Amino acid sequence: MLTTEIFDLLKAKFPRIAKEEGTSAVIIPKELLLEFGRFIKDAPLIFDDLHCVTAIDKKEKIDLVYIFYSNPLQHSLTLKIYLGPEDPKVESLAAIWKSANWLERETYDLFGVTFLNHPDPRRILNPYDWKGYPLRKNYSAPNFIAKPKL
Amino acid sequence: MAMMERIPAAGLIQKFPGGKFFLASSEAVLKWGKASSLWPMTFGLACCAIEMIATGASRFDIDRFGAGVFRASPRQCDVLIVAGTICVKMSDCVRRLYAQMPEPKYVMAMGNCAISGGIFYHDTYSVVKGTEALGIPVDVYIPGCPPRPENLLLGLMKLQEKILNEENANNRNI
Repeated sequence: MLTTEIFDLLKAKFPRIAKEEGTSAVIIPKELLLEFGRFIKDAPLIFDDLHCVTAIDKKEKIDLVYIFYSNPLQHSLTLKIYLGPEDPKVESLAAIWKSANWLERETYDLFGVTFLNHPDPRRILNPYDWKGYPLRKNYSAPNFIAKPKL
Repeated sequence: MAMMERIPAAGLIQKFPGGKFFLASSEAVLKWGKASSLWPMTFGLACCAIEMIATGASRFDIDRFGAGVFRASPRQCDVLIVAGTICVKMSDCVRRLYAQMPEPKYVMAMGNCAISGGIFYHDTYSVVKGTEALGIPVDVYIPGCPPRPENLLLGLMKLQEKILNEENANNRNI
């Protein structure tokens, strides 16, 4: 299915979604996430594969990015949720896609996005007692040595 | 015996005419035995480990120098080859492996990452800046990114030289 067709289908079901300017990503409000997830997992869209969860720190907000792929229909969807930079929280998709489990742990570890009702909400890459979220723009580590400008 | 001729301390070993007997101090024989039979650990951290594996395989064959018995347990090893980048999360593991090795034990820091953090020295939050930053004493540094197998073999020969010329070998202070 083409991206525009997917968007029209989703818009008919969820009137509150929007298209991001400059990209083909779909933006949804965060309270819609679980309902939206269950809808796109089943027919007619059959997004059976969630293969990327990540975030972008834009200082004034954090963009949470999901990329879905449909193996039977061979189409994909980029989903974005805008979160506030202070204590971002969102529902976990681990109950719908099993792959979300580790991807969400990574996003928590590096960006500090809390996933509610996650089955195992620990850090995954950094040590468990790590302080701070390394991919945030305002992160600084005690052993960090900046590269001198030449 | 070719190795013994290269090493000054091996001069302590003297052959009797006819070559059937030799006379030496027990310390010299012990050192010669230790240097000729080093057992490294099967332990790699990053791309340097690939070079270490190549050094162990038939083309370069580290076994020619008596160091081909890569053991899968630190309790059976003499040499820790720190082959690769030490991440903060892995650093505890490296420290514990070193602590588990029986004395006498030797450490080779293979590659720039194991020496100082290498290309990850700047602008990185997750990399330890070298093996010595962990409190592990290093005997031989092998620079390179990664070092070629020949470099690792040279480092091994340097380590053997060091062992053969060690003063007070039974009381290493670590």
